[in-house]
Amino acid sequence: MVGWDEVTHGVVLNSFEQEVENVAHIRPEERPYSDFSSYTATVASWRVIKPVYNRDICIDCQNCWVWCPDTSIISRDKQMLGIDYDHCKGCGVCVEVCPTNPKSLLMFAEAEDLESALSQWPEKKKKEKK
Amino acid sequence: MAEKMQLNEVEVWDGNYAAAQALRQAQVDVVAAYPITPSTPIVETYGAFVANGYIDGEYVMVESEHGAMSTCVGAAAAGGRVATATSSQGYMLMVEVLYQASGMRLPIVLNVVNRALASPLNVRGDHGDMYLGRDSGWVQLDAFNAQEAYDLNLCAFKIGEDINVRLPVMVHQDGFVTSHTAQNIHPLSDDEAYAFVGDYKPVEEMLDFSKPVTYGAQTEEDWHYEHKAKQHRALMDSYTVIDRVFDEFEKKTGRKYKRLETYMMEDAEVAILALGSTVETSILAAKQLREEEGIKAGVVAPRCIRPFPFEELRESLAGLKCVAALDRSCPMGAMGALYNETCGALATIPADQRPMVTNFIYGLGGRDFSVEEAKRIFREQKANADVGYITTPVQQFSGLRGPKLGFYEMKRS
Ligand code: SF4
Ligand code: SF4
Repeated sequence: MVGWDEVTHGVVLNSFEQEVENVAHIRPEERPYSDFSSYTATVASWRVIKPVYNRDICIDCQNCWVWCPDTSIISRDKQMLGIDYDHCKGCGVCVEVCPTNPKSLLMFAEAEDLESALSQWPEKKKKEKK
Repeated sequence: MAEKMQLNEVEVWDGNYAAAQALRQAQVDVVAAYPITPSTPIVETYGAFVANGYIDGEYVMVESEHGAMSTCVGAAAAGGRVATATSSQGYMLMVEVLYQASGMRLPIVLNVVNRALASPLNVRGDHGDMYLGRDSGWVQLDAFNAQEAYDLNLCAFKIGEDINVRLPVMVHQDGFVTSHTAQNIHPLSDDEAYAFVGDYKPVEEMLDFSKPVTYGAQTEEDWHYEHKAKQHRALMDSYTVIDRVFDEFEKKTGRKYKRLETYMMEDAEVAILALGSTVETSILAAKQLREEEGIKAGVVAPRCIRPFPFEELRESLAGLKCVAALDRSCPMGAMGALYNETCGALATIPADQRPMVTNFIYGLGGRDFSVEEAKRIFREQKANADVGYITTPVQQFSGLRGPKLGFYEMKRS
């Protein structure tokens, strides 16, 4: 713990250890995040259910990436790669916004393993005829 | 580049216009505006300056005073020189954000044209609003007339933006009495004024994408205490910068400001301690009493409400017989704010050198404060000084219709 004379001026927290150029073009794992950055901290232990991602159905629309409140969707060059479970809090927003049929993201119990989750994936729902 | 304005050596401006001119000369980047009486003409005039090409910055119309101060916080965090104005209810609505601004150490300048707090609704001036923000962590300067409203606004930017301060600054002036009455004003030229204020050098600005920062982080018990201590320390120590800026201003203009203004205090026996336009009224009364009745009257006026001139007050009042602390706000269930803070400073003086202090509540909601009333207060201090104890209630309501109202009779032991 730091003393009053060492805390940052105005509660301003620097995201990086040093100045960086073109942050958007550096992969998160290669950025010099500071200890104060939420990237280096995790509260993912709050999660009780988790999103599971099914690559076979995903159309890379980026909806989930846009909507995730914790920037926990990993996407490179507009391709969905999966979920950053160190930061995902299990809110389910990504599942709500996923437009595919069936959804490419579904919530499962935290303890469920990937293989068994994928094996339970639902079939495409037929549109009900009126 | 913004157009320059040709100003005469002497202009006839009211306090609001004077403040708006100072903001223009400082070339503020963002002014957020939600007009409220009696401060409205500050942002209104500023808007006209923007429209007529005298300012390069942005003029942001917002939906409330809460929004106005929030906009200021955002714009200041982004790295701009920022200002706005408010009064009374609007100031009340801003209070929540005032704490955000000072906690984030953003050097915003806020003109507070002092006005009574509702209810009853009243657009006239008193200091109810001024006292409301006194723990919000802002430097608070008080202008007693329109010239000072102009001068202190220029100083406010320089004080707040100094790297050793980096705190927001309020400039107070009395609603209507100062804000709406015109006086002769000696402005600086645009170039001189801007050279005095200087270019704005942002610190940790959010629009510097090579160095991303988080503002206003959550800290809980881990950090909150330490941050508040650091902020308090910055405000306590800001007096050195305030003194330096006042010195520089004197060198430029010949107009001398002190954190505690004193008038005829060298040989004074009794004194009035007051804020705002009341100071000039009291000076007039003291001068007349000295000539007419030989009462050695003086006036003491904190120019700087925060940081409070604790030591200066103690020094200037020690050895005096009687002091009347005038509060232009109703403290509701206590002694007046100025009275309490003064007594705090005086409590550090040995009892035999300590003046008796009484508290006058006066001028609420714009009720006029006259030279006669100030004289009455001086005479009463003199009577107390002569007998050596307080003969009246310690707190009295001056200029109130109906039977006399006062609290705390002093029993002579
Ligand atoms: S569950 Fe919530 S936090 Fe986790 S990836 Fe989906 S949207 Fe983000
Ligand atoms: S919202 Fe669904 S389909 Fe779109 S990218 Fe995300 S997982 Fe793929």
